[in-house]
Amino acid sequence: MIGENVAAADRTRLMDMIIAAQSRLGYLSDETLSAIASEVGIAYVDVVDTASFYAFFSRAPQGRCQIRFSKTPVSLVKGAADVVRAFEKALATPLGTTSPDGITLNWTSDIGMADQEPACLINGTVFANLEPADAAGIVDEVRTMIANDALPGFPGYGNAAAFSSAKAGCASNVVLAGEVLFAPMTPGSGLRAALAMTPEEVIDEVRRSGLRGRGGAGFPTGMKWGLTRRANGEARYIICNADEGEPGTFKDRVLLVEAPGLVFEGLTIAGYALGAKIGLIYLRAEYAYLFGDLQRVLGERRRLGLLGERTGGREGFDFDIRIQLGAGAYICGEESALIESLEGKRGAPRDRPPYPTDRGYLGQPTSVNNVETLACVPRIIERGANWFSKIGTAESKGTKLMCLSGDCAKPGVYEVPFGITLNELLDLAGGADAEAVQVSGAAGECVAPKDFGRSLCYEDLSTAGSTMVFGPERDVLEIVLQFAEFFADESCGWCVPCRIGTVLLKENLEKTRHGLASREDLARLERLAGTVRKMSRCGLGQTAPNPILSTLRNFPHIYESKLIGGDDVRIDLQAALRDARALRTVSALKQDGA
Amino acid sequence: MSAPALRFSVDGAPVEAKAGQTIIEACDDAGIYIPRLCYRADLPPGGQCRLCTCKVNGRYAAACVTPVTPAIAVENDTPELRAERNTIVEMLFVEGNHPCPFCEKSGNCDLQAMAYRFGLSATELTYQFPNRDIDATHPEIFLDRNTCILCGLCIRASRSADGKAVFGFENRGARTQLTVNSPDGLAGTDIATADRAAAVCPVGCIVVKGTGYETPYGERPYDRQPIGADIEAQRHPSAERKDADV
Repeated sequence: MIGENVAAADRTRLMDMIIAAQSRLGYLSDETLSAIASEVGIAYVDVVDTASFYAFFSRAPQGRCQIRFSKTPVSLVKGAADVVRAFEKALATPLGTTSPDGITLNWTSDIGMADQEPACLINGTVFANLEPADAAGIVDEVRTMIANDALPGFPGYGNAAAFSSAKAGCASNVVLAGEVLFAPMTPGSGLRAALAMTPEEVIDEVRRSGLRGRGGAGFPTGMKWGLTRRANGEARYIICNADEGEPGTFKDRVLLVEAPGLVFEGLTIAGYALGAKIGLIYLRAEYAYLFGDLQRVLGERRRLGLLGERTGGREGFDFDIRIQLGAGAYICGEESALIESLEGKRGAPRDRPPYPTDRGYLGQPTSVNNVETLACVPRIIERGANWFSKIGTAESKGTKLMCLSGDCAKPGVYEVPFGITLNELLDLAGGADAEAVQVSGAAGECVAPKDFGRSLCYEDLSTAGSTMVFGPERDVLEIVLQFAEFFADESCGWCVPCRIGTVLLKENLEKTRHGLASREDLARLERLAGTVRKMSRCGLGQTAPNPILSTLRNFPHIYESKLIGGDDVRIDLQAALRDARALRTVSALKQDGA
Repeated sequence: MSAPALRFSVDGAPVEAKAGQTIIEACDDAGIYIPRLCYRADLPPGGQCRLCTCKVNGRYAAACVTPVTPAIAVENDTPELRAERNTIVEMLFVEGNHPCPFCEKSGNCDLQAMAYRFGLSATELTYQFPNRDIDATHPEIFLDRNTCILCGLCIRASRSADGKAVFGFENRGARTQLTVNSPDGLAGTDIATADRAAAVCPVGCIVVKGTGYETPYGERPYDRQPIGADIEAQRHPSAERKDADV
């Protein structure tokens, strides 16, 4: 069980202790948090700070069973709202509340299932391709399991086999396997090739391959490793970012299911190259159901001598890997927020400099790399930088995993060379009648058909892989509003422009969508989006206005068609008074009732 | 101690910094005021308010957390940044509940003073009118979260100046609030009226009882001079800006 065998007074394991308490007790009372504080030897307020930050922790009693529905533009076009209504009906319990037999219904941010929405998590188990007709059966089964005390808890590693429902579990949907990531692999072959080189040679090989970060930022991996290795420190850390929270992406989940050995081997080679003793994988809580299988693969690699003392048979190289579960926070995909979370704190990003390569985890030089980036490494080492750099474009080497979802015939993962055009990708996936494609997730760009000829690569249309396809019948403004809501929910709250700005952007969009905005409101929306983009502290705030700004640019007619009254807007005072009176009556009733 | 000075420019004027100084530290020494709400020279920076965001070689960066490096070109007092800073101050006014006319901190409040310095009157942003808790458990110190701007100064002051951990954050995003180191409220903590944390609040959130309204109108700190005037008074007359009308 997570949280057991954690040395007391180890602040870095605070997340595990809180997860264990949440799992065992169902919620985190003041007394529980006080007890954790004295065990770790930190202030109560510090435990509150961490425990109150993450979406999967609750401070008030909740049901023993948490059903969390993925709320994304894709899930909604696939009918998630109808599914939720069916569950509400089956439980006679509205969303956001708990049934008398202890089942809580809630929305949650994207759970990495865009290719098989509507989806939900029931405690730690994932359910996919839900239809309203599934609700009654699943609810019955959950009730029986609660009565028999047989319901897998959270995280509990999620056990799809514990359920008889055919909707439990998820598929990998690898539609197109390429030559880098989904080619057959012999465990240890990349590591052995790396150990035949010096660490500097490994870094140089990765540098020459042209490999760049697959999480979106595109930072050259070899350079990041070189900086980390050269920085002064008592220890060095390599971290695998498996906090795949960008809406519409699910490639890391698929890699961790289909090729976990490749990821672990990349992490091990990185450990050798950097001179690290420990590799940490930060796995998002939404993927807790992968934890058990990943531990089994780690155990197998230890038995094969590919981890642990004398890793790969190399004297003096004692490398191991630990998986840290998150607890529901998109911001932890940002590398410095991820490091804070690994240290047992709230996932608030750090100001830079210093960069993690100088002072990262526990203040030591740290390289944080995406799952897909690390999975490329054993291939590069085994087959050579020249082989890898022949694939792709001038600035974007290798293949990229694209996650297709939404209005396309064949949603799933496509491994394609960098430089493929959006049109070509849409043709592969059967999404030729797309009217809008959200490229690279909520933080990315909404692209109109006139730009479908652009290439997917760092030098043109840069993407971390999320590709949400929307057909002609979809309301682009509704999609943008979903993203605005997502950012307001996921803002960490540290800095003013993001904390308040994301809420104001959402409100302004709601006004526009309801046809209540004037031309001046639209100008205000654009100004506000600019403030949030320029003044926010980290990438979340800096990219939060992207869906708004890119649709204002690429789909201006959609906003124009919603505006009222041209330039001379007059308020209907009588209607406004009627609304105000109605509101006053409602609040007066509420006060009387209280 | 005397490492060579770093030369850089702020709005076109040459400025010198000591090695290791942040942009805001060097500018304070040079008498150039960069607006700020969550920064105090004697406390570690937090980077919360982003009011001190400048353009450094064309990129936006908060001056309180960005070290000076040789020859950087800093833009501070430009129409663009003034407009963005106005919006941030307006955001803070609509996020909380700020009863300036009867607030104890009026005339000594950094947020109010910043609005006056910027010449703000009304805002176009939507008031949020949040429901926020008041903590009246402590006999001597009152916590009115209505005016809290989540600047984190009390959190940092309690830790680095008082050697305590009285304050912290709770929740995230728009639900973030100031919380204290006890389930029983402020009375359950070891805060004392002499603590830096009790005095550092830039707004009317942390109030030491029995000290309100002591200074008559017209004589309160920001009645006498605008916020930032103390720093600008340090400016050497020869260090004139080249683009004074920007």
